[in-house]
Amino acid sequence: MSDTLEKVQAIVVEHLGVEADKVTASASFIEDLGADSLDTVELVMAFEEEFGIEIPDDAAETILSVGDAISFIDSAKS
Amino acid sequence: MRKVVITGLGAVTPLGGDLNSSWKNLISGKSGASTISRFDPTGYPCTIACEVPLGDGLNANDGSFNANDWISSKDQKKVDTFILYGIAAAEMALKDSGWKPQTDEDSFRSGVGVGSGIGGLASIEKTALLLNEKGPRRVSPFFIPGALINLAAGQISIRNNLKGPNLAAVTACASGSHSIGEGAQMIKNNKADVMLVGGAEAAICPIGMAGFSASRALSTNFNEIPEKASRPYDKDRDGFVMGEGAGFLVLEELDHALSRNARIYGELKGYGVSGDAFHITSPSEDGDGAYRSILMAIDDAGISKEEINYVNAHGTSTPLGDEIELRAVERAFDSAIEGLSMSSTKSSTGHLLGAAGAIEAVFSVMALNENIIPPTINLDNPSVETKIDLVPHIAKEKEINSVLSNSFGFGGTNASLIFSHHYN
Repeated sequence: MSDTLEKVQAIVVEHLGVEADKVTASASFIEDLGADSLDTVELVMAFEEEFGIEIPDDAAETILSVGDAISFIDSAKS
Repeated sequence: MRKVVITGLGAVTPLGGDLNSSWKNLISGKSGASTISRFDPTGYPCTIACEVPLGDGLNANDGSFNANDWISSKDQKKVDTFILYGIAAAEMALKDSGWKPQTDEDSFRSGVGVGSGIGGLASIEKTALLLNEKGPRRVSPFFIPGALINLAAGQISIRNNLKGPNLAAVTACASGSHSIGEGAQMIKNNKADVMLVGGAEAAICPIGMAGFSASRALSTNFNEIPEKASRPYDKDRDGFVMGEGAGFLVLEELDHALSRNARIYGELKGYGVSGDAFHITSPSEDGDGAYRSILMAIDDAGISKEEINYVNAHGTSTPLGDEIELRAVERAFDSAIEGLSMSSTKSSTGHLLGAAGAIEAVFSVMALNENIIPPTINLDNPSVETKIDLVPHIAKEKEINSVLSNSFGFGGTNASLIFSHHYN
């Protein structure tokens, strides 16, 4: 689980240019981390690539925070 | 009548990552050409280009360009390289001018116009390959906005809060000049008081090099001695050398500039335009389009031909084009060619396509201010006989009253700009 968090953090830091300590599980991409609508699309793509999963558009719309991403990724992998 | 003056200059060229380095190297007769390093050109008909020197940029203070000085690494990923060069050169020009919108009204009256010939070609090439390999879902949401030509103006307007006219001239090798001319029209027609205008290009990529070579536009005889390849007017010229970079001017309405004590480089006095309606890549043999564009600029400027003592030529180093332009200049100036100097700075910088007209406008304004005419390097054996001084090899000190700058693009699109001193 913490492995997922670390990988998600690394992706978010790289794509949004934010400090790692801001990327907490409760951090929302748009409100807290400064992402815009295109950034979130790109983040979802990066998660798909990193974890070898597919995230359909309707599911992607529900991934609004770091925690949402982790939950989806962990259940998709199991 | 509203007058347009120039209050800021900026450039990123193969001669340097900033204007000072570029100008210094230009008047020293340096060449920006080398074997291509952006990709492996083995097997390509033309393996040389004029690349912007990359390095530590401002920290090193060595004339190199470092994108990190101008845009964060996360934002760099969202734009094609031509937009990076544009953002940097635009900010250099704006900083040089000292103009920064303070109020909403300031913002509404300050616009931007940035041309490019082919824009995000390298991004399109990369993404097409990715699409083929991994399918549509792997295409970045930033691909389109990062490749669109008008997003150079878009990005610059966002980063500098410019809410005036937002334009992008796309006229191949004349894009830079048309951006400047059309930007001036915005000011003259009272649609803006300040226009940040220029051009940007970064097409040194496999498909760009393959495409232009296929059209037989590029030099292929000098792959072993790149710095000799760009040789306008010389008998051994065999095509142009692709360049990359960006050039920008801050155009400003005269009273607006005077009221804030802006440093005035000169006046954009004349703008001429025409079309050849002849061929997709070659200019009309009688140089008619160039001739009319030059005369229109002179007429627009309201000055006599004798007042123009320097022509910064389009002069790309192609076998046909160079002489056609030369004859058009001779015809347009007629008896006033006594004492006229004409040089092609493409001999040093290569052909920056959509950015060419812009950096050449910057060089024209620099020549006007420094009274130094940049040379046509590599001009060992002119193939042409002319009374015009082509300024071979070495820069020439000369008092300059007015400069004419020409740019002619594929499809027969022509632009001529005249820059003169502004006297109080």
